[in-house]
Amino acid sequence: MKNLIKLSLLAIFAITLVSCGGDDKKAKKEKVKITTKKKAPKKAKTEKKEKTYDLSNKGIGPIKSVTLAADVDQAMATKGAEVYKAKCTACHKVEKKFIGPSPMGIFKRRSPEWIMNMILNPDEMVQKDPDAKALLMEFNGSPMANQSLTEEEARSVLEYFRTL
Amino acid sequence: MKKTINIIVALVIVAGLFSCNNGGTSNKSQGALSSSAAEKVYVAPGELDEFYAFVSGGFSGQLAVYGLPSGRLFKVIPVFSQDAEKAWGYNEETIPMLNTSHGFIPWDDSHHPDISQTNGELDGRWVFINGNNTPRIAKIDLTTFETTEIIEVPNSAGNHSSSFVTENTEYVVAGTRFSVPVPQRDMSIKEYKGNFKGALTFISVDPEDGKMAIKFQILMPGFNYDLSHPGRGKSHGWFFFTTYNTEEANTLLEVNASQNDKDFIAAINWKKIEEYVNNGGGTKMPTNYAHNVYDDKTHTATSTMIKEVLTVNPIDIPGAVFFLPTPKSPHGCDVDPSGEYIVGNGKLSANLTVHSFTKMLDAIENKKFAGDAYGIPILNFEDVLAGVVEQPGSGPLHTEFDGKGNAYTTFFISSEVVKWKLGTWEVIDRKSTYYSVGHLMIPGGNSRKPFGKYVLAMNKITKDRYLPTGPELTQSAQLYDITGEKMELLLDFPTIGEPHYAAGIPAEILIPNSKKLFKLEENEHEYATVNDSEVKVVRKGKEVHIYMTMIRSHFNPDNIEGVKVGDKVYFHVTNLEQDYDVPHGISMIGAQTSELLIMPGQTETFIWYPKQVGVWPFYCTDFCSALHQEMQGYIRVSPASSNLELSWGLGD
Repeated sequence: MKNLIKLSLLAIFAITLVSCGGDDKKAKKEKVKITTKKKAPKKAKTEKKEKTYDLSNKGIGPIKSVTLAADVDQAMATKGAEVYKAKCTACHKVEKKFIGPSPMGIFKRRSPEWIMNMILNPDEMVQKDPDAKALLMEFNGSPMANQSLTEEEARSVLEYFRTL
Repeated sequence: MKKTINIIVALVIVAGLFSCNNGGTSNKSQGALSSSAAEKVYVAPGELDEFYAFVSGGFSGQLAVYGLPSGRLFKVIPVFSQDAEKAWGYNEETIPMLNTSHGFIPWDDSHHPDISQTNGELDGRWVFINGNNTPRIAKIDLTTFETTEIIEVPNSAGNHSSSFVTENTEYVVAGTRFSVPVPQRDMSIKEYKGNFKGALTFISVDPEDGKMAIKFQILMPGFNYDLSHPGRGKSHGWFFFTTYNTEEANTLLEVNASQNDKDFIAAINWKKIEEYVNNGGGTKMPTNYAHNVYDDKTHTATSTMIKEVLTVNPIDIPGAVFFLPTPKSPHGCDVDPSGEYIVGNGKLSANLTVHSFTKMLDAIENKKFAGDAYGIPILNFEDVLAGVVEQPGSGPLHTEFDGKGNAYTTFFISSEVVKWKLGTWEVIDRKSTYYSVGHLMIPGGNSRKPFGKYVLAMNKITKDRYLPTGPELTQSAQLYDITGEKMELLLDFPTIGEPHYAAGIPAEILIPNSKKLFKLEENEHEYATVNDSEVKVVRKGKEVHIYMTMIRSHFNPDNIEGVKVGDKVYFHVTNLEQDYDVPHGISMIGAQTSELLIMPGQTETFIWYPKQVGVWPFYCTDFCSALHQEMQGYIRVSPASSNLELSWGLGD
């Protein structure tokens, strides 16, 4: 049947081809030419010598604003430590750079909103956010896995990071 | 197939560009199919099908999931046969699912899927399917699309008139095709007649968790029970089974089972029998059958042998079982959405017989019996007959309904689908199938509420319909649009195994319930490693247990030393991903088993017997990220006499 469909449609195609006037045909033929993909010219790479961090970048995702109290909420941080251990330690170690970066000193590098968005929305972050894209390259394309944390869990992990 | 359709559509577009609109050229005149047929089955890239079709895999033993109208194959759900791709029946967790009273059975012949119902309508919780050869009923959970329960059916053989559900999924039935001695014993085959029994088994389904249990078996005369369907609406509480070989022939059935002018449809008042057994009726018989349950929390199946079954002798329950004479060796036994009409598709008959439930009740009420068979009353054919579809084709097999007063019957010998009207019995339309159609399926077509948009015909022979692939050709299905007065053939598509029967359901019913991952915090697998601090390798004599994790894109541990020739090495591997559609695989060089394919949050186990000294790699088999190729590890295997202690690590 597949062949039948193809044949019958080819026939339609052929008939319509023949049925057209010459000039018209040429003009229309150009329209359906398959164009090959043009490669965009590569931008010259500029290597940064010194790392500067944009702490105003909140990233892309559900978190628009986070308020950190003056003191660490210990109960929340304890919960966060548990979540971190269960869902993050396969790739992130506090004491060293591992599959991904260590969370040690993260608040000097990233805004709280950015951190939570990276946890909650990593797929979009590594595609669109300039800092997340740079990290993906730095870590050899190893993707930040979406571990399906709730916002509350991500917030508790953030609180835990404040204790490091 | 998608690509082909794309190409076809592209051609149509190109053809359209070239045409000069000079009038008169109609697409319809150009071939057997109009372009509108292509449009009707075309599901554009990124768009979704309207229906799921669960199509039996026949002698593959599995259940295939297709989209309609596109005919695209989404998944082959392993049920009764080992599947190395998914480690079904290979990994330690699912091996118990294939346990039976005959031991581990790696294969079966799957036949008739049926979706669970509530109030006579599809509810989309489970789909059931029967294993024909070593009689079993399986239940597939439609949140995970995985087989979660298999129950063996004792005293049965050729489990064919199965696995159809009652209106509220109170029961899934399993009827024997081959009658056998019950209980099995050493006796002369020639003494079949009058001595063999046909067991019709009613398996209860727990309304909450779906757990199956054999409630009772009716030990019927030794006929062949071919197909069945439940009553619905007014006939809810009854079940109908077609029979053939009422001659009780034990040899050359091709001839000897086709002697009687009429066989029977057995009408079973199961509510009456349920009441009887609830009040202590029936006889407990010693037996032996397996009940296998897969637990989504432990990700592990257990197999329990059950030693007793409750049997019922039909003549002990007056008013519970009757025979409706039906010409000749009927196959399909189909009940219309109202529950009034019972269609007997007499496969060797020229006509199609339709019985009336109301008339049947009336005949029973007035005790108008033509006689009895082994004490079971036989009703008069004329008393229960609603009507006859005269000479609609040859070899009627199976009928479904569109919910608009029409019925659709397949004719095997004349290779066609015939549409006819309930009540007037007139033939409205007929369309050829290519070729030798068996069953057909309308989504919900055997419920109170069919979705009468498409009918799917499943063919036994394809011959010239596809590119040749040696002596074995693809199996196939054909999709027809049934929204108009006349049916329209839209699509051929290949299927796996032999598609005996199918069950369809609107996608919108299943989509919201489809599970995306297993939560790590709910993982109760005995050997789960739910975070990296629990990773370890433990020796117990010659057994080595590796508690391993996997996440994009590494194993932990990925270097292990201290394993010795002669050890039995268990890989207990947990996928730590908690994201949708990120399974990982693992395989070990020389492992005499399949890979594991582990869903997010799941734990699975395989065993490796290292036989040679050396350093041997394992790797991830399912492309998971840009660093998938880096997802690998090594195990050092030392001589059996080595004193090397176990050690392991990752990134050390």
